[in-house]
Amino acid sequence: MRENISIKLISEELNLQECIDFVQDDACGGIATFIGTVRNHTKGKEVKRLEFSAYTSMAIKELQKIAERALEKFDISKIAIHHAEGLLQIGDIPVIIAVSSAHRGASFKACKFAIDTLKKSVPIWKKEFFKDGEVWVNAHP
Amino acid sequence: MTIKTLFFGITRDVIGKSNIEFDLNEGQSIADFQSILAKNYSGLTDIKSYAFAVNEEYVNEDYIIKENDIIAIIPPVSGG
Repeated sequence: MRENISIKLISEELNLQECIDFVQDDACGGIATFIGTVRNHTKGKEVKRLEFSAYTSMAIKELQKIAERALEKFDISKIAIHHAEGLLQIGDIPVIIAVSSAHRGASFKACKFAIDTLKKSVPIWKKEFFKDGEVWVNAHP
Repeated sequence: MTIKTLFFGITRDVIGKSNIEFDLNEGQSIADFQSILAKNYSGLTDIKSYAFAVNEEYVNEDYIIKENDIIAIIPPVSGG
């Protein structure tokens, strides 16, 4: 792992301060963060909780690739991408992305790039639990 | 040759197992393998789409499967 990239996929609670501390850099003028939170509704239905499962070894490789691409594409210093696995309750945090850069524009762009790409390519799956059943998100036409 | 295949997300629920070993011929592609899967597990056709990874890297359907490859069926992802 490169010293300017922090990747985690863990079943413990994510730690925002840890991500910020990792990307903090005296040469940087700012840190942008994206924090995903578990929403209590989807398409008008009340969501009770979520469960995330992953193809862990491949997911870590894909997260690493996203971080490397962000470092190539944008003028940023460091990037942390941490994702949670397992059962999460409403308001819990499944994902944190933190990016530092000398000037703020690059951090904002890299943060957006990282979360958008993660949602398309990283083999992690979310199951939503409702009062009357459960469904794998995005799985059906 | 015997090829280990991993299932995740909804495909694991449809198949009812997390992995299966398939007996494939030399020279068969991912497209060939996909037709074998569809023939044996009709429930897979209810899923919007699924991708394939070999040894933890995405591959396209013309990839030729080799001995000792580990194939993973990747249904639409929904992380974040």
